[in-house]
Amino acid sequence: MAERYELRFSGAGGQGLITAGIILAEAASIIEGKSAVQSQSYGPEARGGASKSEVIISDAPIDYPKATIVDACLAMTQEAADKYANGIKEGGILLLDADFVQRAPEGNFTVYRLPITRMAKEDIGREIVANVVALGAVIGLTGVVSKDAGEEAVLRKVPEAFKDLNKKAYNLGYTKGKELAS
Amino acid sequence: MAKKVALLQGNEACAQGALYAGCNFFGGYPITPSTEVAEVLSGELPKIGGKFIQMEDEIGAMASIIGASLTGAKALTATSGPGVSLKQELIGYACIAEIPCVIINVMRGGPSTGMPTGPGQSDVMQAKWGTHGDHAAIALVPASCQEIFSETVRAFNLAEKYRMPVQVLYDEIVGHMRERIVFPEPGELEVINREAPTDGPETYKPYDSTKGQVPPLAAFGSGYKFHVTGLNKADDGFPTTKASLVDAEERRQIDKVTDNIADIESYEEYLTEDADVIVWAYGSTSRSARYAVNELRKEGIKAGLFRPITLWPFPEKRTAELAAKAKAIVVAEMNLGQMIYEVERVAKGACVVVGEFRVDGDPLNPGQIMTKVKEVL
Amino acid sequence: MAYDYEKSIRPGKLPHIWCPGCGHGIVMKGLIRAMDTCGLDRKNTAVVSGIGCASRLPGYLDACTLHTAHGRAAAFATGVKMAKPEMNVICCGGDGDGTAIGGNHFIHACRRNIDMTYVLMNNFIYGMTGGQFSPCTPTGAKASTTPYGNPDPIFDISKLAIGAGATFVARTTAAHPREIDKLIVQGIQHKGMAIIEVLDDCPTTYGRRNKFRSVIDMMKYLKASAVPVKAASKMTAEQLEGKFLTGVLFHDTDKPEYCAQYADIIKKAQGA
Repeated sequence: MAERYELRFSGAGGQGLITAGIILAEAASIIEGKSAVQSQSYGPEARGGASKSEVIISDAPIDYPKATIVDACLAMTQEAADKYANGIKEGGILLLDADFVQRAPEGNFTVYRLPITRMAKEDIGREIVANVVALGAVIGLTGVVSKDAGEEAVLRKVPEAFKDLNKKAYNLGYTKGKELAS
Repeated sequence: MAKKVALLQGNEACAQGALYAGCNFFGGYPITPSTEVAEVLSGELPKIGGKFIQMEDEIGAMASIIGASLTGAKALTATSGPGVSLKQELIGYACIAEIPCVIINVMRGGPSTGMPTGPGQSDVMQAKWGTHGDHAAIALVPASCQEIFSETVRAFNLAEKYRMPVQVLYDEIVGHMRERIVFPEPGELEVINREAPTDGPETYKPYDSTKGQVPPLAAFGSGYKFHVTGLNKADDGFPTTKASLVDAEERRQIDKVTDNIADIESYEEYLTEDADVIVWAYGSTSRSARYAVNELRKEGIKAGLFRPITLWPFPEKRTAELAAKAKAIVVAEMNLGQMIYEVERVAKGACVVVGEFRVDGDPLNPGQIMTKVKEVL
Repeated sequence: MAYDYEKSIRPGKLPHIWCPGCGHGIVMKGLIRAMDTCGLDRKNTAVVSGIGCASRLPGYLDACTLHTAHGRAAAFATGVKMAKPEMNVICCGGDGDGTAIGGNHFIHACRRNIDMTYVLMNNFIYGMTGGQFSPCTPTGAKASTTPYGNPDPIFDISKLAIGAGATFVARTTAAHPREIDKLIVQGIQHKGMAIIEVLDDCPTTYGRRNKFRSVIDMMKYLKASAVPVKAASKMTAEQLEGKFLTGVLFHDTDKPEYCAQYADIIKKAQGA
């Protein structure tokens, strides 16, 4: 892994992307013992509007805690893509929710599309786990943390009754992400 | 046994640090971006028999922690710029009455309501000069979640040891970001409690300078009857206007800090030994600065970082030494120039001192610092 | 035999700062008698005040005394009581201190129903600063900042306290010294927020501007204007015009006390 790897999760407020960022940071820093910093856009709105969460992962201590040049970016909505899918590095990754983002921003990076929200709704049966599907997909696509570390971090975060659901969601996302990468 | 680790927000780390230090009273008022400190402590304090109270306003919150501290509690409040402005009179009260307490200021943009959800570092002069009258100030400026934990512990220690309010200032960026915290074992970090009086209730005087620069403070309800006031007072705590007594007390209260700089001071240096340019930065800005220093070094530019952790009292001696060695100092801060005046004051023209500032709500980033360093060389 | 006040007064702290004829000394004596009657251990009693003439009272008392900043007595006292509920907490201060600059702390201390006794000396004026109008200066009255008469309506402190949630509210005057300690005793014995409003005289900055020729005149006015609640029930609105009710105005023993409530929170948090 590169010394510093920067990820940005963006979508609509309330979609759970800040939680996805926190889970990834836990996978990297608590489970894998790397350095990680998670931060988020912090607006006055509680719900709606575009929101973002950034995670920096590194083998070395992290100085600047915000993104400088993004290695991988996720955008779940058009508004989020317009507002936050920028500063992606050359050869970087942009993952879009295929159903909700029609116009991908221009740039020298690879755009991938997955119907993330639909997968959560139709394959898992609960739209609410779209963030966990997305997290799995990002991890599958980037390999920024191991599959197991990601799964363990997800399971640590959710209550007992929802563990199966989230495990399924994560694994579905991971498999699809991995397929995209290969 | 492996130590407990967790991914915590800066504000959560602050609350955990307070608990480690033995905090058993929190009086607060909701304000962004500090509220998580209160939220965590509202859950944790009653578990250990401590007290959490949400007061009717910022002033009341400050009053409540002073009252609680007088009964022997280790008391904390957390707020942001507008709240600190409101608390200032009572911060002065805690100074003159010498009541230990800790004030957390999670800094946002300003003045006034400013940018409640954006970061800022514009309260750093307020931390020294905010309340009226002459007084000493101790302010700590941690730059990471782990350091927020440990500096909150140190803030309690200094408050208890020097019998005064201590402020911890960190900006919204550090307050809201999450990093891994390794919880120190009990006993691993020093925890200081205020000195108990050796005199019995009959002869005890709360401001008796013959007991040392920091006379012991008895607790209300522990058998001691004494008077506490915000008026200038004699050693027995009662008001006086006698010039010699007023002068001696005011000076003692400032000297107790200035005579103990070595104990209170704390800073970190990175590649300053051979540096042509020193970036002088604190809090989250110091993280940008460290990133910039590394990048500049890759380009062959000899840059270094001086990072105060104790901001007040100001690190005069070391800043002056660095000014004498370096060609330039770049003071980077998320305001329009505050600590730069202190750096200029102690540099006394020994080197060029320039500032790199930002107040638009975005972090002061490494690129800005790199550009400024190259400009100044 | 004369009552022994000396044992409750700090040696060497008298004479007090109050002007001749000021009622604060009468209130202080009443407070001392009340504390004695209740058998309060002064080592375990905090007397907390703000700023102003009335707020100088704690300095004379031999107890744990806390002379805070202007208006903040109730908030400091809340911190003391919360941190150490086993202490007796008494607040004292004036009308401007308690209901203007300290109004917010006052009403919220009432709302919480935290167990303390607040003796509020209402002399209708800011005395220490030389007689500016307070929220309790009668409309039309003269003060140093109302040279044409006071345009402001007043606060009725007792009604304010009742409305805010205090559970023991009583009023008397400096012209009724025996009632002062009687009511303070009840306030101390009451578990919850007790407000004792004592209508008081400031001959120096209020009386002389408002046609009271002497302290006696002011005392006569206080005496004549006070109507015990019982007597008032038999009087018409016309008869009550310009009078104020005295005695116990409100007493509620059902509302939970704040520190007791918080003790339950501690039990809950500890899983008991």
